[in-house]
Amino acid sequence: MNVIQVLFWILSAMALVSALMVLLSKNPVHSVLWLVAVFFAISGHYILLNAQFIAIVNLIVYAGAIMVLFLFVIMLMNLNKDTEPQKNIWMKLAGAISAGCLLMILVSLIKQAPELQAKTAMMNEGGIGLIANLGKALFNTYVVPFEISSILFLSAMVGAVVIGKKD
Amino acid sequence: MLLSIDWILFLEKLILIAIVIFASLGIALYTTFAERKVAAALQDRPGPNRAGPFGLFQPFADGLKLIMKEEIIPNTSNKILFILGPFLAMTAALMTSAVIPWSSDVHLFGRVIPLQIADVNIGILYIFAVVSLGVYGIMIGGWASNNKFSLMAALRGASQAISYELAMGLSLIALLMTTGTLQLGEIVKQQMAPGHWWNIVYQPLGFLIFLICAFAECNRTPFDLAEAENELNFGYHQEYSSMKLGFYLFSEYVNMFISSVVMATLYFGGYDVPFLNESLLSPNVAAIVGIIALLIKVVIFIFFFMWVRWTIPRFRYDQLMNLGWKSLVPLALFNMIITGLFILWFGK
Repeated sequence: MNVIQVLFWILSAMALVSALMVLLSKNPVHSVLWLVAVFFAISGHYILLNAQFIAIVNLIVYAGAIMVLFLFVIMLMNLNKDTEPQKNIWMKLAGAISAGCLLMILVSLIKQAPELQAKTAMMNEGGIGLIANLGKALFNTYVVPFEISSILFLSAMVGAVVIGKKD
Repeated sequence: MLLSIDWILFLEKLILIAIVIFASLGIALYTTFAERKVAAALQDRPGPNRAGPFGLFQPFADGLKLIMKEEIIPNTSNKILFILGPFLAMTAALMTSAVIPWSSDVHLFGRVIPLQIADVNIGILYIFAVVSLGVYGIMIGGWASNNKFSLMAALRGASQAISYELAMGLSLIALLMTTGTLQLGEIVKQQMAPGHWWNIVYQPLGFLIFLICAFAECNRTPFDLAEAENELNFGYHQEYSSMKLGFYLFSEYVNMFISSVVMATLYFGGYDVPFLNESLLSPNVAAIVGIIALLIKVVIFIFFFMWVRWTIPRFRYDQLMNLGWKSLVPLALFNMIITGLFILWFGK
């Protein structure tokens, strides 16, 4: 086992445990904080794959902005155990079975996919995840879709401001 | 051997991390003292002068007092998060120091040791990510206290931090356009090169925006809305006592130190000494001169932080938001466009 493998197992365990805790926590604020921990673990995986840009942007956008927004909403709604709706046991059972089926389908698909068979992830090599290469690819090869999606984001932002503004 | 690690490198980095953290804490400790002295000087009074010569042991007396005080955790609070809050604030404050180049390489025991914990090629983005995580300490502390004043202050503090992060990011983009790299070590080396000025010359407006945002991110006056005593009693750390309160107050000073270092590194040449060709000195001497130069720049910035605090009164909340969204963000965008045009026309 080399360092990368050790890190991989630690990060995977962190990601899985945190993801489970997101679901199992009774307190929604705890769930949000566990979700932040998941993002940290995933960012660690990105760094192992030498995708530094996406690792750090994952932290800035998801952990730093979107999760803060979640926290805002949950803190202001003042959710706690008493206000949590109690689902009946059959609903929970049906949910578990259908989600389990979906998981099985996904796992079997991934196992059978010819693109993935006998392949291992490239750890700590490859340059496309570095910011210079990524920037060149985005602004040369993919400049039109990139600009179109940025206009989409801009219009969504303007729309949010217009809706949120009271007059 | 199970693991193949370069143990000497590991040890070297570990020692460097320990030194950086203890130095940051030590400097922050004396910044609290300096703050009281500067406030005293500006208000024409002597300031703390009882503990030790010139009152130099005052920070230790303050720290001891905080540790000795009774630790109160409110009954209705969320205990885990209540304890987690100050830790997060402190961790986020210290984490930025990982990518800062403190000086040029040191030659010791036949090894070249860079005085930088990690020269990652996403340095600036890393700083930005840590800054954006700084909100959690405030929000969690304020919410877990289960006090309406604390929650209000935490929400204010968080929305202030998020608003000013935007302008800060935009001013950094303009800086990146001129430097062409996100690596902090590289940015300092560019500024040291002969014939190249410090980045403040190329980015004066960007620096001004960054400076204002740094004040807001550190929750310093005139932007200390999160602890507006006259409206919110004490702010998001209202329910805290003893060293947990100390951690919150202290993380503000660590933040101030680190953001001064970042400003010196990005805009004022880092460890560069003006009008001195460092390559003529022997490497170890150059490293020591460099670190002294950096610390002098940092001290000047910290003094500026204090000067502003004891001169300018606090903004009102709506003024703060208007300044952030309606002045600084457009200004930063304008700065970005101007920088782009300059690069396009003059090919710099």
